[in-house]
Amino acid sequence: MTAPMLSVENLRVSFPTHRGRVEVVKGISFELGRERLGIVGESGSGKSMTGRAILKLIRKPGLVTADRLEFDGIDLRAQSEKQMRAIRGARISMVMQDPKFSLNPVMTVGEQIAEALVTHEKLARREVEERIEAMLHSVRIDDPKRVAGLYPHEVSGGMGQRVMIAMMLIPEPELLIADEPTSALDVSVQAQVLDIIDDLVTSKGMGLILISHDLNLVSRYCDRILVMNAGTVVEECAAGQLDQASHPYTRGLLAAMPTINESRDELPVLDRNQWAGT
Amino acid sequence: MSTRDWLLEDSPHSRWQANVGRAYRVFTALLRNPLSVLGGIIILALVLTAIFAPWLAPYSAIGQDLANRLAPPSSTHLMGTDELGRDIFSRVIWGSQITLTIVGLVALISAPLGLLVGAVAGYFGGWTDRLLMGFTDIFLSMPKLILALAFVAALGPGINNAIIAIAITSWPAYARIARAETLTIRNSEFIAAVQLQGASPLRVIVGHVLPLCTSSMIIRVTLDMAGVILTAAGLGFLGLGAQPPLPEWGAMISRGRTFILDQWWVATMPGFAIIIVSLGFCFLGDGLRDVLDPKNEGK
Amino acid sequence: MSAIKLDNLDISYGDTKVVHGVSLDIAEGESFALVGESGSGKSTILRAIAGLAPDWTGSISVLGQARSHGVDRAVARQVQMVFQDPYGSLHPRKTIDATLTEPLAIHGIGNRDQRVEQVLAQVGLDRRFRFRFPHQLSGGQRQRVAIARALMLEPKVLLLDEPTSALDVSVQAEILNLLKRLRREQGLTYLVVTHNLPVVSFLCDRLAVMRFGRIVEVADVAQLKHGALVEPYSQELLAATEGRSSVVA
Repeated sequence: MTAPMLSVENLRVSFPTHRGRVEVVKGISFELGRERLGIVGESGSGKSMTGRAILKLIRKPGLVTADRLEFDGIDLRAQSEKQMRAIRGARISMVMQDPKFSLNPVMTVGEQIAEALVTHEKLARREVEERIEAMLHSVRIDDPKRVAGLYPHEVSGGMGQRVMIAMMLIPEPELLIADEPTSALDVSVQAQVLDIIDDLVTSKGMGLILISHDLNLVSRYCDRILVMNAGTVVEECAAGQLDQASHPYTRGLLAAMPTINESRDELPVLDRNQWAGT
Repeated sequence: MSTRDWLLEDSPHSRWQANVGRAYRVFTALLRNPLSVLGGIIILALVLTAIFAPWLAPYSAIGQDLANRLAPPSSTHLMGTDELGRDIFSRVIWGSQITLTIVGLVALISAPLGLLVGAVAGYFGGWTDRLLMGFTDIFLSMPKLILALAFVAALGPGINNAIIAIAITSWPAYARIARAETLTIRNSEFIAAVQLQGASPLRVIVGHVLPLCTSSMIIRVTLDMAGVILTAAGLGFLGLGAQPPLPEWGAMISRGRTFILDQWWVATMPGFAIIIVSLGFCFLGDGLRDVLDPKNEGK
Repeated sequence: MSAIKLDNLDISYGDTKVVHGVSLDIAEGESFALVGESGSGKSTILRAIAGLAPDWTGSISVLGQARSHGVDRAVARQVQMVFQDPYGSLHPRKTIDATLTEPLAIHGIGNRDQRVEQVLAQVGLDRRFRFRFPHQLSGGQRQRVAIARALMLEPKVLLLDEPTSALDVSVQAEILNLLKRLRREQGLTYLVVTHNLPVVSFLCDRLAVMRFGRIVEVADVAQLKHGALVEPYSQELLAATEGRSSVVA
């Protein structure tokens, strides 16, 4: 196996409160090649903070420490804010939860995608337009010319999220971090958006970190899964073997989900105190 | 169990404990900001000075001593004397009563009025809103001091009329804020929930909408107090507020203007008082904003 | 007697009509689901029944009584609603106690202390929570409070608007169990709005699939469980859900 694209060792994120510093990520380690990694957990598990910490997007007074945080041989810990800006977007991109808050309301979709592209690459105007159209096409927007001229409030949720993906992928990053990319969308649109991400990631040979609270979704779109709870990784397994998960937390999560053919009279409930460590 | 533990308890045992606990948390948060503490001390000093003026003032506020006219600050007259030989220090101390009355009454009249008008307009919308806000806008469109001047001119000069005039000119701003807040609160689910329980509009507005508007209103009123003091001083300066021989700070500056070049202390000392009290209200208001802002709630 | 009967109901927001000619008959004691994607008009129907969307034509009757357009004190004691967002549905400056006592005060019902403690126990909240503020509670606990508030007036019908979609999976299980138990204990009628078909399978007896403000199909939950929904759109929804759960199941 070749050297991993991203390696994280003993990553810790903490925030000060009036009862002292509280760690929300408590020393997690993982490596990522050109593969699709899912990070699953419930709210407060530290999954989103992990994604943000990799991009150094944790603002003060939050504190990130790690024994190792390397992307393609670059030590991310040692990068200045300016150097990080060159990496963000161009080499590692992030898709956030709600397109409504991530898109600038006073710029057209096309302008925003163009900006994402031009920030990292000098290109002729014509070429920029062509690239945008091609990109919008690849996120399955059928009439890219029209959509490029729309403002964010004129597009639907699913379309907005596809625009976000186009924006994030147009500089051709090597790693995409998607933080709950579809939880604001309808079920049928969810599948569509994830299929698009999946296609692009596989065809371009990128790495993907998919952060979600939804075990099923992650197991469907990833190769490998990390299950997080209370800031630690409680289980790591191949996506196909999720049903053989051994940790009681993972098993509890799986059992707590109702199924479409539900015959249980009562759903099993997690005993939170058992592994929360408090 | 200490009082502090009782106040900070996570699971209070009564309504009373829960509410006092909340107030205590706000208070301790306020103490963490040095500027707001300074502001609080200034306001507290103002209140104490006003209450204890008869004992604090070394001389009478209106007693004249023509032999000692325009004496510079000295150990007998800390801030000097004015053109009638009155002790300026004593006058400034007595003046604190007038300032506090103006500030207090203006707040008591204009804030509840603005709050009610704004909340009713915002909650009902439609014609009620257009009518009430149209009325509010008429008041807002005129410069404050000019409007106050017009009222005082119509009602006759005097401290009471000045208070009424200032109150009348300051409520529209509060109505605007209350309306904006109500518009966002109105559509929230907890309001829908009480409506579903069959609550009357009056009950919803008074019991559920207004409590959420009050914190921004307290902040705004505190910050505006400096402006109120200055307007009152302005009216006094123009001879339309407090009438001689009342020791109102603005009026004192007005009288001292004649001697500003040779006897600077006559106008400057009450000026200092105005600046310090205004600053006190501003600091306190800023501190309150950090603590009471609903966006910081729960942190 | 039917708990809720809708006949040829059209609902508008301003100039746009969002629900077209919906007729439904929900029996007393039944748990009925309205299923569809966002914008299908399912929540709007709930709001109209509650009296929060007064701009409708047709007829709505609750427990045999025709319902007026606005919020109604008499209806309040028969029908209550639980909202989706546990963070937005509780007054941030009021203690749990104040939130729960309010409906009793509105209707002049006495014995409040006892009633509050009783309902808190019913929704599985310790009495320690009674005088806390909402920000001191987790999402699941808040949703329990919201359910408790709806139960204060002892209504016969509960309108549930996506009651678990803002919650974590494990918390969702707790709330679903609670709702199921309450219905059994108190003989409640549920009208649940959701986009989550497994939740329907767990909690409901019948469902109506909605799209573009119209009912596409009314089906029994057994049909849902066996994948025997008739209309193509229903099948589409089912496929979108199944595609995801089949991997694990």
